[in-house]
Amino acid sequence: MDAPSSNPPAVIDVVGLVKSFGRTKVLNKLNLSVAQGEVHGFLGPNGAGKTTTLRILLGLLRADAGTMHLLGRDPWMDAVDLHRRLAYVPGDVALWPTLTGGEVIDLLGRLRGGLDPQRRASLIERFELDPTKKGRVYSKGNRQKVALVAALASDVELLLLDEPTSGLDPLMEAQFRLYINEERDDGRTVLLSSHILSEVEALCDRVSIIREGAVVESGTMTQLRHLARTTVSADLATIPEGLAELPGVHDVVIHGHRVTASVEPGGMAQLMAALSAGGVTAVTSQPPTLEELFLRHYRKTQP
Amino acid sequence: MSGDLIGTVGLVRLALRRDRWVLPAWVGFFAAMVAFSASATVGLYPDEASRVAAANTINGTAALVSLYGPIFDPTSLGALSMTKMTAVYAALMSILMVALVVRHTRAEEEAGTLELVGAGVVGRGAPLAAALLVVGAASCVLGLLSAAGLVAAGLPIGGSLAFGSGWAATGLCFAAVAAVAAQATTGGRAANGLGFMVVALAYVARAIGDLAAAGPGWLSWLSPIGWNEQIRAFAGDRWSVLVLPLVATALLVPVAFALRHRRDLGYGLLHDRPGPAVGRLNSPIALAWRLQRPLLLAWTAGCAVLAVMMGSIAHNVAGLLNSPGMAKIIQQLGGEQGLTDAFLAAELGLVGTIIAAYGISAVTRLRTEESAGHAEAVLAAATARTGWATGHWLLVVAGVAWLQLVAGVATGLGHGLAVGDSSQILRITVASLARVPAAWVIVGLVVAIWGLWPQATAIGWGAYAAFLVVGEFGQLWGVPRWVMDISPFTHSPVLPGPGANLAGMVWLTMIAGAFLAIGTAAFRHRDLAG
Repeated sequence: MDAPSSNPPAVIDVVGLVKSFGRTKVLNKLNLSVAQGEVHGFLGPNGAGKTTTLRILLGLLRADAGTMHLLGRDPWMDAVDLHRRLAYVPGDVALWPTLTGGEVIDLLGRLRGGLDPQRRASLIERFELDPTKKGRVYSKGNRQKVALVAALASDVELLLLDEPTSGLDPLMEAQFRLYINEERDDGRTVLLSSHILSEVEALCDRVSIIREGAVVESGTMTQLRHLARTTVSADLATIPEGLAELPGVHDVVIHGHRVTASVEPGGMAQLMAALSAGGVTAVTSQPPTLEELFLRHYRKTQP
Repeated sequence: MSGDLIGTVGLVRLALRRDRWVLPAWVGFFAAMVAFSASATVGLYPDEASRVAAANTINGTAALVSLYGPIFDPTSLGALSMTKMTAVYAALMSILMVALVVRHTRAEEEAGTLELVGAGVVGRGAPLAAALLVVGAASCVLGLLSAAGLVAAGLPIGGSLAFGSGWAATGLCFAAVAAVAAQATTGGRAANGLGFMVVALAYVARAIGDLAAAGPGWLSWLSPIGWNEQIRAFAGDRWSVLVLPLVATALLVPVAFALRHRRDLGYGLLHDRPGPAVGRLNSPIALAWRLQRPLLLAWTAGCAVLAVMMGSIAHNVAGLLNSPGMAKIIQQLGGEQGLTDAFLAAELGLVGTIIAAYGISAVTRLRTEESAGHAEAVLAAATARTGWATGHWLLVVAGVAWLQLVAGVATGLGHGLAVGDSSQILRITVASLARVPAAWVIVGLVVAIWGLWPQATAIGWGAYAAFLVVGEFGQLWGVPRWVMDISPFTHSPVLPGPGANLAGMVWLTMIAGAFLAIGTAAFRHRDLAG
């Protein structure tokens, strides 16, 4: 639950990444750091630059400026060597129409330097994938499963996943979460781009929120929660005066004997003191969800 | 059935919007070719005597008759000026019509966009109807523009209209062929392949049939391109022949609609069988081979059939001469063997340009793999960019050489069997292989364009078309020598025959290698482009 201690080496270390397509600046001095062994959530609205960042990390696109290290090496110069040590699931999986799913899994696995046949078999079973079908007849979810099996069945240090569950049904998504937790236990590092907040919240040790091509927030869930307000509601014998004037306390609503308010982390102690002075009989406190954190940054784009 | 066509109007507008540049450009190109050849010929043959001499030379040369078809009235200026338009350009125009129909039917279906459309208030037959309407209209507009161009060049109105109607009917007929092909196959590529094969067969059938003294004349009457010849524009204007392509169209279109109703969206007439659950592909080049193999096999079969047929008629060339003056010239050229060689060289030249088209269509897969996102999956694995690109173009380079080999052996076999001389096989195979470097230059050019500017890969087709046009018409139009020298086909040694310039092969190979290196290096240093 705490910040990475004893400085495990950063698997992904990006500073000041800039990328433009023509006049459109997609990444604007993006910083990103992912430590070894963590599952890192990469959150952002559509068009924020998540996929572009991943493609640059894969050496598929070339950065205009910035320094980058992936597993200690340069993603552009050492792309091939790096790709032996990582696996990637694109957000929009395109399969060759005439190749079967099984053929694609084996091809991609071999191109990466081999895959574990046992894991391949167990993944196909767990994801309920029919590997004998041709690429052109798979649904979006099944195409995604093909890419997931190919990635997860290979023995790599780093997984780069770009919205890997956007086409999966809830059962398959649960399987995916199980698998990612196993990957974490095996010491693998995962960069998970997503906008499914519950998934990120359930899986990720740390989260980076990207907006308009730059990371606006990065940290553990605990650290991020400290940035946002907790919702507190309490039943009191008597309502104390001046609750709304307490520092760090906002949106105070009094309804009979019930008080609700949202509180900054710094104002919590004083609020609690005031509430107990009022003879509190029941209190609930809701930490901010990732959704609230996310919306907090997202809303800044609204006029 | 009425609800079946709901939404056709909207789809016609969609097709016109998507093709608002491409369609006018192609129709304009073909109409311009007709008008240019007419006006160039009018200036070249001012009096009847010169015209008759030229027409008799063509009619007396079997190679030219099988390439272009006979000139039915040697005194007619119009018939002479449309020599190349009546069969060769009619076939090219038909290929365009096939490609357009497939683009708006099967290719859309394969891409999944028709699924979006089909979910709207759109009848099952509407996409096919819209494609046929657009392409049919394009054929008619092309026919009208051609006729107008001919009239403007000073040719008789009746013949001009007959010519234009002939093109329009031929275009319609092949649009209907494509409509059927699009139902029978499962992919746009396969549908195009089937449609193009029908065009090629129609062209070759009439090439054999037109050599009536040597081959079966009725073959020309089985071919829509043969029908187009038999309309005899400017040489009798036989309007009644127009009935044949129109009836064929009227028969094929209902077949296409019936087939459409028998199958599901996205599928062909046959459903896919399950494939292997475990794959054997283990390298980028194995993948490239797997992807390119069907196309290469189809081309191999096509090349072999075409070459055997053309080889087997070559020896008839000398016997077909009906002008006594020609016999003397031929003796000077090296006798009957010289003439046969000249025909074989011309034929191998034609086959060489066709095989270069295979090279372009195969090597542009680099672009389609990239834009479809397949390259991303492969390159995100431990695959070097240069290795991936090299694997693809190496197979194309080898495939082009292979097809020339097949064409050479098949031509030699056809000719050798006909004259009872097996030594012809080796001789003609060597002659065919001499055309390989020119095709390599075309392949290299496409790779270079793709590496430097991926979105513009299709420019390769434009350059190819320009080389062909300059080669065909350069001398007629008085294009300067250095412009004609840009085309790699100009530098291929003219074999079999004496006095071939072999230095050209060396230069062409070096230039091809340079292009390939540039393209591959450029790809190494650029972004992957969607």
